[in-house]
Amino acid sequence: MLSRVADSIYWMTRYIERAENVARFIDVNLQLMLDLPAGITEQWAPLVDITDDQLLFQERYGATTRQNVVAFLTFDTGNPNSIYACLRAARENARSVREVISSEMWEQVNTFYLMVRDAAAHGRVTAEPHAFFTEVKMASHRFVGITDVTMSHNEGWHFGRLGCLLERADKTSRILDVKYYLLLPNVHDVGTPVDDIQWSAVLKSASAFEMYRKRFGLLRPDRVADFLMLDREFPRAMHYCLVQAEESLHAISSSPPGTFQNAAEQRLGRLRSELDYAHIDEIITRGLHEFLDAFQAKLNDVGTAIYETFVALRPVMDVPTRVRDVR
Amino acid sequence: MQFTTYDTDGFFDEMFEADGHPRAGSALLVQRIHALAEGELLHRQRAAEQALLHMGITFNVYGDEAGTERIFPFDVIPRIVEAADWAIIERGLKQRIQALNLFIDDVYQEQHILKDGIIPAFVVQSAKCLLPPCVGLQPPRGVWCHITGTDLVRDRAGQIYVLEDNLRCPSGVSYVLENRQVLKRTFPQVFEASRVRPVDDYPSRLLEMLQYLAPDGVTSPTVVVLTPGMYNSAYFEHAFLAQQMGIELVEGRDLVVTDGFVFMRTTKGLQRVDVIYRRIDDDFLDPLTFRPDSMLGVPGLFEVYRAGRVALANAPGTGVADDKVIYAYVPQIIRYYLGEDSILPNVPTYVCWDDTERQHILANLDKLVVKAANESGGYGMLVGPHASAAERAVFAERIQANPRNYIAQPTLGLSRAPVIVEDHFEGRHVDLRPYILYGQEIYVLPGGLTRVALRKGSLVVNSSQGGGSKDTWVLAGESDAC
Repeated sequence: MLSRVADSIYWMTRYIERAENVARFIDVNLQLMLDLPAGITEQWAPLVDITDDQLLFQERYGATTRQNVVAFLTFDTGNPNSIYACLRAARENARSVREVISSEMWEQVNTFYLMVRDAAAHGRVTAEPHAFFTEVKMASHRFVGITDVTMSHNEGWHFGRLGCLLERADKTSRILDVKYYLLLPNVHDVGTPVDDIQWSAVLKSASAFEMYRKRFGLLRPDRVADFLMLDREFPRAMHYCLVQAEESLHAISSSPPGTFQNAAEQRLGRLRSELDYAHIDEIITRGLHEFLDAFQAKLNDVGTAIYETFVALRPVMDVPTRVRDVR
Repeated sequence: MQFTTYDTDGFFDEMFEADGHPRAGSALLVQRIHALAEGELLHRQRAAEQALLHMGITFNVYGDEAGTERIFPFDVIPRIVEAADWAIIERGLKQRIQALNLFIDDVYQEQHILKDGIIPAFVVQSAKCLLPPCVGLQPPRGVWCHITGTDLVRDRAGQIYVLEDNLRCPSGVSYVLENRQVLKRTFPQVFEASRVRPVDDYPSRLLEMLQYLAPDGVTSPTVVVLTPGMYNSAYFEHAFLAQQMGIELVEGRDLVVTDGFVFMRTTKGLQRVDVIYRRIDDDFLDPLTFRPDSMLGVPGLFEVYRAGRVALANAPGTGVADDKVIYAYVPQIIRYYLGEDSILPNVPTYVCWDDTERQHILANLDKLVVKAANESGGYGMLVGPHASAAERAVFAERIQANPRNYIAQPTLGLSRAPVIVEDHFEGRHVDLRPYILYGQEIYVLPGGLTRVALRKGSLVVNSSQGGGSKDTWVLAGESDAC
């Protein structure tokens, strides 16, 4: 398929996944604040930290109040990672590959975009924030479902899946990083109702609360980290995302599992096997934050390698043999 | 909603006779509309608009930052063309396209028509869209204008005329196909009972025609649609056609010329391209041959084309026959190459380079429509009766400064068709753009884009100037399949 098209599908799904995750962060934080005991100030700064946009935020807003943070992450077109900006970018990408994706996918991206645009224009979010963020999540799920059942699981589909899963792995790692970093130091909170509520919020922002309960039962910080990082069955866990992403990458280039033909496969394979054999106790001992930071950096390198392998211009010598045929 | 108060105002109406009775082919539709419950038609109109918005059937408007994308306004009342009228249109278009193709071929080769004095040589030589690099070139299978979207209009008397030929990259066919999808849902029963000829096989026919152009020896050719990109006003259509044909939609940056062939950049390396349905203007196709500042084209493409290693549809150079001064000679062109009279007449056209005609034009600017020879989209024209004295003075000056560049035509009282305006029907002026494919043979799609000038009294139907569209139902005759 065309390199440009592969790139656009990859970014289309990445941006939709990003929009969904931003909605998750905000929604859970809103819920969390409702449960805070009186006297404790609302915490909104971590949401800006998750997306790594602190500088931009400082420049545009200053104080990390609820109103400012929600505005910045939801509808601010000056923030390239706001829900609105993500949808706009996803739709632009979808528009440029309309003939490759199914019309149902295009319609869903378009409807999704129009919904967010209208919400931006009508200020509905202030009135019913939970309803809006739920709608965003559901629209994203619908997109994933529609993609799964209306588009052939061909090369383009695998590029889309790759974009979605890498984005998801990155965002889960960021949710965990910020919350862990902020919540854990309060040793005297361990075991209090507030602590329990906060940890359940971490899980809920990854829709992981119920599945975690089934696996581990009681909430424990190290197990929450274990579940979100290393679980092999939970679809938002980092490890699960990498396994699936690697499957798609290999489907694209048809390399057998355990081998690599290009830098993207090599880097993703390495990172996945690192998680294969990781143990949560070791990670925590060596420093969870350092581990997650390194994970995000390596994930970025995978993205770069994907771009260089499949999208960036290739030397003319690469011309397949068909050229030389005299026809 | 009822047609009881509908007024044809002395114009030819596509739906009603002058006495207020529906025309034969429209009777069923009118009856059905009258039978709808109050508010039902408006409800269907809104449902249709909603469907178009969600399908993303939009066009881009240049120079309008905030709302660069809009749906093409759409009216649910179809425009009906009866079988007898269509038979004439179809024969007339085939004749015209055949003659124009011969003309273009002749212009770039022997120029017999100029040597025989049928058209003054300077008129052709000064045509803005005459492309010197095409001189001596023979396009694949001898066809230049593969896809044409001829604009037809009707006057007060009901006579059909050709207004423009549009031999370059005519757009709009995607609306024909999408409007039909929407209308089938809007009026399913009438549609079924009316024996409307189908248009849905257009993409298959287009693909078949494009494959026919492939270089010799290529058995399963790679065909692509070349678009200027997603910010082009017709991008939706480019994507739509590529999707419907199941072929790649490429931009200039996706293509590269190497070793004398054209390739596209794919995730698995370079892949050869054999036929390009290009929706980029001639000037921008190849910066090495045409405009050097073009960022949209493919450097070296024209040389590959000259060598016969890639086919381009339409062939570069067809624009010469779109020049409105050359349009004035089409009846002579048809007689010269085919020895026949035109089946579809031209709108009477005065050319400003001729001293006598120019005097007549300048003296009658308040009655005429003046057009620049190479503008389209409703730009660069003066509708005399609707213009102010100052506007007419500007055009008089332009004509005198550059007479070769202008023509004038009588202001036609274009036919009208009813459209929904708030809660009632009003007549609006319409034209009709059928689409013609020229491959192994000439094929006329039985349908077309009916464009409506939605502003009351306006004669300009272009989408950039407040135009909308209607579905066009060509009714089957005794011998037609439907």
